[in-house]
Amino acid sequence: MISIKNLHKRFDKLEVLKGINLEVEKGKVVVVIGPSGSGKTTMLRCLNVLETPSEGNISIEGQSLDFSHTVPKKSIAAFRRLTGMVFQGYNLFPHKTALENVMEGPIIVKKEDKRLAEEKARALLNKVGLSDKVDTYPAHLSGGQQQRVGIARALAMEPEVMLFDEPTSALDPELVGEVLKVMKDLANEGMTMIVVTHEMRFAKEAADEVIFMDQGVIVERGKPDSIFTNPKEERTKRFLNMLQ
Amino acid sequence: MFLNSIFPDPEHAARLMDIAKTSLMPLLKGAIFYSIPLTIITFICGLFLAILTALARISHVKALQVIARIYISAVRGTPLLVQLFIIFYGLPNIGVTIDPYTSAIIGFSLNVGAYASEIIRAAILSIPKGQWEAGYSVGMSYSQVMRRIILPQAAKVSIPPLSNTFISLVKDTSLASLVLVTEMFRRAQEIASTNYEFLLVYSEAALLYWVICFFLSIIQQALEKRLDRYAS
Repeated sequence: MISIKNLHKRFDKLEVLKGINLEVEKGKVVVVIGPSGSGKTTMLRCLNVLETPSEGNISIEGQSLDFSHTVPKKSIAAFRRLTGMVFQGYNLFPHKTALENVMEGPIIVKKEDKRLAEEKARALLNKVGLSDKVDTYPAHLSGGQQQRVGIARALAMEPEVMLFDEPTSALDPELVGEVLKVMKDLANEGMTMIVVTHEMRFAKEAADEVIFMDQGVIVERGKPDSIFTNPKEERTKRFLNMLQ
Repeated sequence: MFLNSIFPDPEHAARLMDIAKTSLMPLLKGAIFYSIPLTIITFICGLFLAILTALARISHVKALQVIARIYISAVRGTPLLVQLFIIFYGLPNIGVTIDPYTSAIIGFSLNVGAYASEIIRAAILSIPKGQWEAGYSVGMSYSQVMRRIILPQAAKVSIPPLSNTFISLVKDTSLASLVLVTEMFRRAQEIASTNYEFLLVYSEAALLYWVICFFLSIIQQALEKRLDRYAS
């Protein structure tokens, strides 16, 4: 289980997160929606400490970090291994092939045996439908293919939760589907996922819960059906109307 | 026949040809046994120093930053020739005597270290922040991301400017002649001082430097091509 308590993030004077409280049960898929600047990406980045929260407490499967005092680098690195991150801009390592991208974490961080890591990496690339691209460098892959390698790379660390930061926003429309399909498969396998996205169709089809954020707070949360067809809060209504 | 047209006196022309031929071997030896090894050893030491300096410069430890800044500023703010003279002629005054060749290696390495460190620092900073984040997100530490992700990419970015440094270094090694290293230009000076054919002998030396630098630029191109294999 993931639990976020009283999460605050300030950049100088600007408060981007104003006390977020959220619990996600194991195996659930949570989709976070909201206008740009609402703090949804910042919240996600706080979960794997790419942004250091100004205040609050995060715990994943029993391991917790308390940001009311300085957290040592070692515990941050250990904590990060509980999460897998998929970036909007893929951020693949351009000097490594698809296979090497996926193997890098297990070999360097987990000190896994090279042959074992390669076997697992091949299986993961096969799972995301890229078994014919193992030896290809990122520059020669399409956006959709790169993002699927990105998903495989994150999965290779066997995280407790997968975090997706607008994974399809940088993609050409015709490539969105292949990435969403991989994500849906993951959801069906019972992976715990927190997904920041503008893909409402994905939210409707795959989410157990939808969270609407605005101006640094969670405004409304609920089943996708009730959020999309019967939103309670005025701000949620306005946001959903704008999308139509 | 070409010389004949410039020098009507056939005996003079023949003498020049003779000097050109006999001085070629000593000059080549100077290049092969001193100038080229000096360049290569210095460049390797300098590069090592440069990477350490660049890492110190971008580290979060204030003291390291300050040391790196002072080092870079001192080396860039003083002439290379003066640095060489301090090491070779100056240090003996405090009881530190270093032979000419070693003095030259120390002087040139310190020089390359300072200049190349700025190239490497710029290359490291040019790698997008997302690469750091991707490295961190799979659980890597700062040094793991630096070593495995950032430096290999920075190496590629810094090849063209580093090649410039390398080629400059080949030519700068001629300054070692002034701290008594018997490299190519020192030999040219020695030869010319016996036969007074300065134009001929120094031009010959110049030509040899040019040939060396020409081959280096070919190697540079091959290297760039090799490191380009993962780019689009």
